[in-house]
Amino acid sequence: MTRENSLLEVNDVRVAFGSKGFRKSPNEVLHGVSLDVREGETMGLVGESGSGKTTIGRAILGLAPVSGGEILFQGKRIDNLSARHRRSLSRDIQVVFQDPYTSLNPAISIGDTLSEPLLAQGYTSRDARRRVGQLLDRVSLPADALERLPREFSGGQRQRVAIARALAISPKLIVCDEAVSALDLTTQRTVLELLLEIQEQTGVSYLFISHDLAVVRYMSHRISVIYRGDIVETGTARGVTDNPQNPYTRKLLLSAPIAQPAEQAARRAAYEREFASTPR
Amino acid sequence: MSDPIPDSTAAIALAPTARPVTAFRRFLSKPLAVAAAIVLALVVLVAIFAPLLAPFDPGASSLKDAFGPADGTHLLGFDSAGRDVFSRLIWGAQNTMSGAGIALIVALVLGIPTGLIAGYYGRWFDSASSWIVNLVMSLPAMVVLLASRAILGPTVWVLMIVMGVLVAPSFFRLVRGIVGNVRNELYVDAARVSGLRDWRIIGRHVFIVVRAPIIIQVALVAGVAIGLQAGLEFLGISSGDTPTWGAMLNEAFQNIQRAPLLLLWPGLALGLTSASLVLLASGLSDVLGERGAPAARRRKNKNAAPADVVPSTSVPAPETRGALLSIRDLAVSYELADGSDREVVHGINLDIEPGEILGLVGESGSGKSQTAFSILGILPEGGSVSRGSVTIQGTEVIGLAEKKHRELRGTVVAYVPQEPMSNLDPSFTIGDQLAEPLRVRLGLSKQAAKARVLELLQMVEIADPARTFAAYPHEISGGMAQRVLIAGAMSCDPDLLVADEPTTALDVTVQAEVLSLLRRLRADRGIGVLIVTHNLGVVADLCDRVAVMQQGRIVEQGTTEQILVTPEHPYTRQLLGAALDGVDARPEWQPRSTEVSA
Amino acid sequence: MISFLIRRLLASIVLLFVISAITFLLLSAPHTDVGRVLLGQAAEQSLVDAKNAELGLNQPVLVQYLTWLGNALRGDLGSSWFTSENVLSAIGNRIPVTLSLMVGVTLITAVVSFALGIWAGVRRGAADRFVQIIGVVGYALPGFLVTLIMVLVFAVQLRWFPAIGYVDFFTSPAGWLSTVTLPILALSVGSIAGVSQQVRASVIEVMRKDYVRTLRSRGLSPRRIIFRHVLRNASAPALTVLGMQFVGMLGGAVIVEQIFGLPGIGSMTVSYTTRGDIPIIMGLVMFTVIGVVVINLLVDVVVSWLNPKARLA
Repeated sequence: MTRENSLLEVNDVRVAFGSKGFRKSPNEVLHGVSLDVREGETMGLVGESGSGKTTIGRAILGLAPVSGGEILFQGKRIDNLSARHRRSLSRDIQVVFQDPYTSLNPAISIGDTLSEPLLAQGYTSRDARRRVGQLLDRVSLPADALERLPREFSGGQRQRVAIARALAISPKLIVCDEAVSALDLTTQRTVLELLLEIQEQTGVSYLFISHDLAVVRYMSHRISVIYRGDIVETGTARGVTDNPQNPYTRKLLLSAPIAQPAEQAARRAAYEREFASTPR
Repeated sequence: MSDPIPDSTAAIALAPTARPVTAFRRFLSKPLAVAAAIVLALVVLVAIFAPLLAPFDPGASSLKDAFGPADGTHLLGFDSAGRDVFSRLIWGAQNTMSGAGIALIVALVLGIPTGLIAGYYGRWFDSASSWIVNLVMSLPAMVVLLASRAILGPTVWVLMIVMGVLVAPSFFRLVRGIVGNVRNELYVDAARVSGLRDWRIIGRHVFIVVRAPIIIQVALVAGVAIGLQAGLEFLGISSGDTPTWGAMLNEAFQNIQRAPLLLLWPGLALGLTSASLVLLASGLSDVLGERGAPAARRRKNKNAAPADVVPSTSVPAPETRGALLSIRDLAVSYELADGSDREVVHGINLDIEPGEILGLVGESGSGKSQTAFSILGILPEGGSVSRGSVTIQGTEVIGLAEKKHRELRGTVVAYVPQEPMSNLDPSFTIGDQLAEPLRVRLGLSKQAAKARVLELLQMVEIADPARTFAAYPHEISGGMAQRVLIAGAMSCDPDLLVADEPTTALDVTVQAEVLSLLRRLRADRGIGVLIVTHNLGVVADLCDRVAVMQQGRIVEQGTTEQILVTPEHPYTRQLLGAALDGVDARPEWQPRSTEVSA
Repeated sequence: MISFLIRRLLASIVLLFVISAITFLLLSAPHTDVGRVLLGQAAEQSLVDAKNAELGLNQPVLVQYLTWLGNALRGDLGSSWFTSENVLSAIGNRIPVTLSLMVGVTLITAVVSFALGIWAGVRRGAADRFVQIIGVVGYALPGFLVTLIMVLVFAVQLRWFPAIGYVDFFTSPAGWLSTVTLPILALSVGSIAGVSQQVRASVIEVMRKDYVRTLRSRGLSPRRIIFRHVLRNASAPALTVLGMQFVGMLGGAVIVEQIFGLPGIGSMTVSYTTRGDIPIIMGLVMFTVIGVVVINLLVDVVVSWLNPKARLA
C-alpha cells in the first residue's frame, strides 16, 4: 500500500460528525478521501467552504474522528493512536491555523506560547529559551516580542508567531490550514515567501489547505481539488491549473477573477459560456 | 545553534513579573474599587481580631442598661437585652465573614472542578452534572435552607455548607460556559497538536481564561452569601445567642418603634460590606475583564502613521461634480476613550455618474468602509464626518437633518454589506425583513409587499422564492443570504448602491454569480455602484473606474485599465505585485539530494 | 415546538419526582419521635406508639415515601402533624397572598427594567451611568435590608403604609393595595437591579449588530428599529434572567412576608419548617418547585418564540 517516498498517506478516509442525538444519523463530511505528501513536498488542497478540506487536516492532526480508511505517517498508522502516542507524534506533525486572532491564547505571552511545545517535548527551560530566540529570529520578529501579548501584534506578525510555534520542534510535516487567508494581500505574500524559504532550508513538507487556487498554485508542487467530501482531481500544480480535467476544477478556476482587465474579460466570457446558464 | 541569545533570555526572566503590575496599577486608578477593597480588608481584620477588639462580652446582658445610650466605654450604647452593641457588632463581623467564607469554599470546591471537567470533556459528565445543577437551581434557596434547618438542626455552620451547595451552580455554569467556548478555540487545538497533556492544557490555557471571571464571581457570590446568611439569622433560625448582624437586625426590628436607631449599626455594617463586595467585583471586572476576553478581531491598527504614505500624487478634484455621487474633502474622525479625536479618512474626493461602477480598493484599515458608511450616514458609535461634502443626486447629505438623510436611504442610496449572515435579523423571516421597508417606506399593502418581495427574490436569481420568503436566516446558505441582502438593497429601487466587500465572505463560485448579478442590475436598471473591495480581480471584473485608498487617503484614481495595467503610484504597484494571478505555478517536486537541517 | 414542550414537561416531571424523594428521605432522616413530641413527655408509651402508627411512622422510610407519593398523585397531600390542618387547603389559603406579591413584583420589574435598560442602552452617556448606579446599589444591598429601610422610612416615620398586616383583595381593594404596595416595592428593588442590567447589556450588544446598521441603511426609523428589532433580540436573555429572579423572589418573599406579617407561603414556611412538620414541608417544597418549573417552562416557550434558532433545540 505504501507509495514510494511518501511521508504521509491518507487512504480512503471517512469522517462523520454529529451522531449526538440518538435519532440523528451521522453526517459524513469525507466520503473516502486519499492523498499523499512526499518528503520536502508541498501538497496543495483546494476547495470551497463545506468541502471537507479543513476536516482532512484535522483528521491528520488527530483532532477529528476517523470513521473509515487509514492515515499512515512514515508507513505507520496514526489514525488510531492512543493519547500518549499521539503526543509523541507532535514532534513530527505540526499545524498553522487560519485565524491568527484565535490561534494564539490572548492571555499568554509570545515567549510562553513558543516554549510550550518545547517544554512538552522535554526540553529544559534553558534550552527552550535559546531555541525560542532562534525561532523568533527565523520568522523575522524582534527579540523583544517574547514578553509581549498577542494583541500587541498585527495579523501578519501573529501568523509568524504561529509559524514559529509549528517550527519549534523541527517537524517533518506542517499542516497549513488557510494559513494566509485572513491576511491582507501584501502581508499574505511575505508570509508565503517565508514558508517557501523555510521549506528550502529545512526540507519540511506542507499540506497546504486553502480556498484560493492562485495561492495554492504558487505554493504547491501538486494539487488536489476537493468538492463536497470527495477529491475530484489530483495532479501537478501546472497540470491542474493550466489544463483542468474535472468540470468543477474548471469552474473554480474560471470563477476566480484576476487583476488584468482584458484577460479577466476573456475569462468571464469563458465562464459564462460554460456555466452561467444555470441560475439556482 | 551554539550562540545563546542573552537579550531574549533576560526578557523571558522579566516577563512574568511585568504583566501583573500593570493590572494592579489599573486597579489603583479606580478610587471606588480601592475604597471597597480597603473597607473589606478592615472588615476581615476586625473579624479575625474580634476577641482582641471587642471591649465587652457580646453575650453579657444587664437588663438595667436595656436601650441604654452610648457612653465613653459603650461606644454604641445597649440593645434591648442590655448588651453592648459595639462588641456584638465586632463579633458579628467574625461570624458573618466566616459563615460566608465556608459557603464560598464549598461552592468553589464543588463548582470549579466540575465546571472545568464538564466544559472541557463534555459527554456524559456534562449531561449529568448539568442536570443536577438545573435541579439545584430550581430549588428556592431560602426554602431549602429553612427545610435543612428542620433536618440538620440550627447549627449555622452546617447551614452555610448547604448554602455553599446551593450557590455552587453559579460557579459551575460560569466555568463550564467559558471553558466550553475556549475548548473550541484554535489555540487549544494548537496546544494539543504541540503534544501538551490535557491537564496541562486545562491548567495553562483554560484556567487562565476563567481565572478573572471566577475572582469577580467570588466577590459577587460572597455578597449574596452574606445577604442570605443575614436573612436566615434575621428570621431567627441561628442557634440562640450567637451575635450576628442578621440576629442584631432581627432584635432591632422587634423594637423598631421604640429604638429605630438600633437598626442603623448592623444595617450599616451589612450594607457597607455587601456594597463593597459588589463595587470590588465591578472594579475587578473592569481591570481584569479585557485580559481574559478574546481579543477584538481585526482591530484597526491604531499606530497607523500617515507618514508611511508616499506623498499623494494628490489626485486633483475634478471641477464638475459627479451627478449621482460626489465627495469632496471628506474626513472621518473617531472619538477615542480619552476624549481626543483620531482621523481615519483624511479628505478624499470621489465621483460617480449614473450607471457607473466605481471600485474603492485598499487593505484593511485603509478607511474604505468608513467612506462608505459616511455616504449612508450610518457610521458606528463614536464616528463622525469632521469635514467635507457628500452630495447624492445634488443633495448635500453632510449636515443634513437625520430625518431627511433617512428619507434618502433605501430609495436613493442603498447598502449591501459584507457578511451575509450577520446582516440579517435572526428573529424575523426573510420575507418579513424584505417587506418591512416596502410597507414602511413605500406604503405598500401587505399583499402588494409580499408580491413585490417575491419578485425581488426572483430578480436576484433565487430558485424557490416562496420557500425563501418563509425561511429564517439560519435556514439559508451564505450565498443565498447575500442575494437576499442585494434584494433588500434593491427593494425601494435606489439609484446608487454602496456595496462594502459584497463578495469577500463568499466562495469564489458564488462570488462569480454575485458579480454577474451586480453587472446585470447595472445593465437593466442603470444603477450606479460604489463597490468597496480589497480584491483586484473583482475590480477588473466589474468596475469602470478605480480609486486606490491607503491609510485614509486616495493615492491614485482612474479607469480600471489605467490603474491595473499602467499604475503610477508605488502603493498601487505594490498591491498589484503582491497579487498571485500572473505568477507561474510551482514546478514539479524533486527528491532532495542533500539534507539540510534547521 | 410540540415535541420540545413534551420533552420539557417530561423532564420537569422527573425533576419533581427526584426532588420529592430527596426531600422526603432527608426530612425523615433525623428520627425524631414525632408521637412523643405531639403528645408531650407525660403521655404513655402505648399512646405514643399508637400515634406514630396512625401517622404511618412505624413503617420503613421508603414505604412512608411511597404512601405519600401515592396519595399525592391522587391529590391528597395529607394533614399537618401538629395542627391537623389539611395541607392542600392550608397552602391554598395562603397562595393568593404570595401570588399577588409575585405577580406585582414581576410586572413592576419587567416594566421598569425594560424601560431603564432600553433608555440606558440606546442613549448611553449620563442615562447609562445612572442605570448602572441603580444596578450596583440595588445589587449591593441585601433585599431584606432594603425592606427594613423601607419599613423604617415609609411605615414607621412617614406612616404612608401600614407596617404590618394584610387585607384581602375581595374585602377591600384599597386596603389590599395599601398592605401589598410596600412589600412589592421592597422585593422589586433587587430584581430591577438585576434585570435592568441584563436588558441594558443586551440592548447595547444588539445595537452593535451588523443587521441593525443594515436596517438603518434601508431608511427605517430608529424608533422602529429599537422597538421591533432590537427589543425582540434583546428580550430573550433578559427574560431568562427574569425567570431566574423569580426563584430568588421566592426566597425574598419568605423574609418580606415575615417582616410585614403577611399570611403567605413564605411566612408559613418559616413557622412550619422550624417544627419539622413533614407533610406541610413536603407540600411547600412541591408547590414552590412546581412554581419554579412552570415559570422556567414559560420562559423557555417565550424565548423560543422570540428566537427561531432556539426552536430547533
